[in-house]
Amino acid sequence: MTATTAARPVRRRSSGTPDSHGFPTRPYDLVKEFVVALVVVTILTVILAAAFSSPDEKAMTMSDWAAAAPNDVVATAAGELAGTTTSAGYGPPYNTAADGQMLGPLPLQKWGGVRIPVDSAQDLVVTPLSHVTGNPDLTAALATWTAASADQQTTWASAYSDALSKAPDGDPKQVATGDYGPVPTMSEAFLTLAGSGGLEGALSSSTTFYASDQTRPLLLLSDGSYLEDQARARHLGGDQWGMMNETGNYPGQPWMWLYTFWYQIPPFSTSDNADALVWGLMMLLTLLLVLVPFIPGLRSIPRWIPVHHLIWRDWYRDHPRRRA
Amino acid sequence: MTAASAGGEPTPAGSWTVRTRDRITRIVPPGQALPDRQPAYMSSWIYVFGILTVAALLVVVATGVLLAVGGVAWWHVSRTGHFVNSLHLWSVELFFAFMVIHLWGKFWMAAWRGNRALTWMTGVVAFLGSIGTAFTGYLSQSNFDSQWISTQAKDGLNAVGVGAYFNVLNPGQMLMWHITLLPLVLGAIVGLHLVLVRRHGIVPPIDAEGPDDVDLQEAGAL
Repeated sequence: MTATTAARPVRRRSSGTPDSHGFPTRPYDLVKEFVVALVVVTILTVILAAAFSSPDEKAMTMSDWAAAAPNDVVATAAGELAGTTTSAGYGPPYNTAADGQMLGPLPLQKWGGVRIPVDSAQDLVVTPLSHVTGNPDLTAALATWTAASADQQTTWASAYSDALSKAPDGDPKQVATGDYGPVPTMSEAFLTLAGSGGLEGALSSSTTFYASDQTRPLLLLSDGSYLEDQARARHLGGDQWGMMNETGNYPGQPWMWLYTFWYQIPPFSTSDNADALVWGLMMLLTLLLVLVPFIPGLRSIPRWIPVHHLIWRDWYRDHPRRRA
Repeated sequence: MTAASAGGEPTPAGSWTVRTRDRITRIVPPGQALPDRQPAYMSSWIYVFGILTVAALLVVVATGVLLAVGGVAWWHVSRTGHFVNSLHLWSVELFFAFMVIHLWGKFWMAAWRGNRALTWMTGVVAFLGSIGTAFTGYLSQSNFDSQWISTQAKDGLNAVGVGAYFNVLNPGQMLMWHITLLPLVLGAIVGLHLVLVRRHGIVPPIDAEGPDDVDLQEAGAL
């Protein structure tokens, strides 16, 4: 196993590095090494899986949301109707309410286009409510809403949304009297629909029996505050390194540490264009990593910091180098 | 290539089969694909992490295939399914641990030397492709983690225009990318990486000179 053969003459390539096939060799069983590695990895995997299992906290449902934070559901519905939620003012790829983030002078988000159109008031609230039957008050409220002008709709919904924010705990029952049109009835019906468990289907299956696209339910959930509250309670917030973590004491995606790191420090943590800036920086760093072999200085770091002395210590011991 | 076999007509010079065989032979000469000997300087534990990464990738794929047998929701309702999911998770964690150690090892070896730049580049791209594949896996879990990660990740992807085409809020699209598109691309990149490793052999130590070194500088070739 340790016997070495005499070397073929070593030919030095134009890059200055000798051809590896010209060096003295020793027996090396690649297939055996692979089989042993496969067995070791399989055993390690089984042991880790048996010892630590894996996280599986069930998905939050609209019914959960309605039961745990009913006032948040009502406030979110009113916000969607008023056009004040995150999704309503998002911009591409959902709507044209904004241009989105900029990477320096580049409006990359705008260039992506509105390819997943979502009208937050109509698609997330009014259309699901229109599927509800047996509620004459809601039917009348929807008729009033539909017949009103866009300005009138916004006036009603904004007034109700503001009143909710001023009510104790955002409780709809304690909202000050005002002209809110059909919005309170619609919001209350929306809460009932969410609590019944029918909202997910109304959101995701309105155009197809087989619903695999959860864009609308997830936009609605993230427009409320309950999802984020739950995530933060599990230390998954964006400023808690949340992108790389997962529920429970599991390693998550530690390989995303650098991407997540930038969100923790200025200027990224305070910028309105944080996502675009972080992505731009990561693309630049990725390009540098790919092109390390061609970048003077960067490619010489391994020569300057001689970790390779440890890796090839046997070789260097037997073959002292001419150059320092 | 016009030699006739016994009693048969000669193989045409333009045979696609012959050309393909010749091309393969030029890329990885006979004996280099699975050599039974390695350079004497290949003597360090760091070399083990390349093959450990490949082994872990196979376990990842195998456990992923097992998960696919039961379908998307199987692991939520079955103890066996949950265990298979745990196998998949931990094999992924091992895969990344081995790959990162392998990558750092190759960096400190300056393993791109000697016309091995493409080997380095395919390795880095494989690393990035693995991150993307694992990410789509997290989005395909159909649990709270998927909900939270997708609603957070959409902002980054949307901010650079990618979200318009790669919708992380669509678990159907993410699952298809996770189990078909990305594994195919990643498999091809890893395959190319391994072919390049076998073609060029293991990079010699920095400043190494063989016992019978032909110094091209003295010969006027540099």
